[in-house]
Amino acid sequence: MSRSYLPHWMHWLGSPPNFYRFAGAWRPWLMAAALIAGAIGLYGGLVLAPPDYQQGDAYRIIFIHVPSAWMSLFIYATMAVAGLIALVWRVKLAEVIAMECAPTGAAFTFITLVTGSLWGKPMWGTWWTWDARLTSELVLLFLYLGVIGLYNAFEDRRRGARAASLLALVGIVNLPIVHYSVQWWNTLHQGTTVDFLDPARSSIAPSMLWPLLVMALATHLYFFASLLGRTRTGLLSLESGKQWVRALVDGQPERTTGAPT
Amino acid sequence: MAHWFAMGGYAMYVWPAFAVFFIVLVWDWFAPALRRRRFTRELRGRLARERTRNTRAARAEAST
Amino acid sequence: MNEGRIGRSMPAAKAGMAGACIALLRRDFVLAWRRRGELFLPLLYAVIVAALFPFALGPDPELLARIAGGVLLVIVVLAMLPALESMFRADLEDGTLEQWLLAPQPLALLALIRVIAHWLTTVLPLIVVMPLLGVLLNLPVKVLPVLIVALLLATPLLALLGSVLSALAAGARRSGILMALMLLPLAVPVVIFAAGAVAAAQSGMPYIAPLMWLAAALVLAIVLAPLACAAALRIAVES
Repeated sequence: MSRSYLPHWMHWLGSPPNFYRFAGAWRPWLMAAALIAGAIGLYGGLVLAPPDYQQGDAYRIIFIHVPSAWMSLFIYATMAVAGLIALVWRVKLAEVIAMECAPTGAAFTFITLVTGSLWGKPMWGTWWTWDARLTSELVLLFLYLGVIGLYNAFEDRRRGARAASLLALVGIVNLPIVHYSVQWWNTLHQGTTVDFLDPARSSIAPSMLWPLLVMALATHLYFFASLLGRTRTGLLSLESGKQWVRALVDGQPERTTGAPT
Repeated sequence: MAHWFAMGGYAMYVWPAFAVFFIVLVWDWFAPALRRRRFTRELRGRLARERTRNTRAARAEAST
Repeated sequence: MNEGRIGRSMPAAKAGMAGACIALLRRDFVLAWRRRGELFLPLLYAVIVAALFPFALGPDPELLARIAGGVLLVIVVLAMLPALESMFRADLEDGTLEQWLLAPQPLALLALIRVIAHWLTTVLPLIVVMPLLGVLLNLPVKVLPVLIVALLLATPLLALLGSVLSALAAGARRSGILMALMLLPLAVPVVIFAAGAVAAAQSGMPYIAPLMWLAAALVLAIVLAPLACAAALRIAVES
């Protein structure tokens, strides 16, 4: 079967043992790229970029806060798309991918909320406020936790994945609310700074913009690396009765180092 | 260097924020590995038990 | 087992959509009537919680008047939770849900009827008691009609959203807090708008806009939620 034709390749990739090998090959490269991009972005943000004329050095939290916020939304969208595929076509790999997105998505949402709070305290004088963006981001965290909770409440993992995918799809209305909340309601949170559709409107200095974008790239690369790893583990559990898993487990010596596979 | 570390007086907000970022992502990176190790251990145990059961059954068959 | 039998002379051929809806409604009402003692529990819970607030916050009438609207909304949402959780569980366990899947009527329609029956039997009594609870919390009288209307819009909306979640969780192991965890993100916008209407009415400002938003969301939910609920029920029934 020719793997150079995209649909054939995707069909090949959908088979768990093939995806397992594919993910294992790509994961270290993606993580290495994420670490390099992260190092560059952090250096640019923490060292090279000048202090903000209004916020001083406290604004530097932006270099982790904003990329994490972007990831919290992007991961949810990924989870919803994978969940849709899982529901409609019952593809096993899509079920695993959808469910393995949730913990990383929750992690980034949590980071967004905590770093935002640490940034808000010196800037606005308060650790928390119930404005539209903060509230909807908190709601997003609850959505992730709901998906994780529902998935783990099922004995049958495949049914649990489909139910949790449906929940994720029902909750997707929250995403545009989070993104546009600063435009629809007058809030304490600052407005849109980075406008992808019209870069001239972006109100951020270039010396601050490039580290931000590099950090965004780094977090995306990290997410893909993390997702590949988690999906591999998820596939093992799901397919534990199959021959390829048993062969893998038998042939593999017990690892004592901390290196994840 | 100390001046940079002080972050213009905001050090106690900036550095904990970065710490949270790294700690959470480190957890996210290593948590599946623990899950996987537990899984392989259980599966190996199950396979070993199946093998002893099979050899016992085979021996019982052969001796009758 | 007499639970499922409604009328002795119900002709089997009356299987049209209207007939099925009426039959399902009657079944749910009869079952609810047989458990009518249980239906008082949410009411009692609401009364107790409403009574606790003056004890917790002090009886200062102005303070109570300021928070009464929001507190009553929260009480209603919390009182709805236990009943929401068990909306489909009994029918899943005794096999009635599989009959629903086999029925010629659309599953979404049957789900919608179930939600209507659920709202009428478990939530409407709560709304009826609102004037009494309003007295307990010193709710200003001019706010009461707006509160009632807001509840009449918000609670069916929550029941419809809750029906989807209840169907999703029906096939799962019993996990008490899961329902609340799943409902909270979806309930937050509803509560925001309902409370917004009540707060606006309390301060003499126009309150029609949040009520319109609730009404629009309710209309959308009446159409879409049964479809999502049917999809969730199919997942719950398959083994």
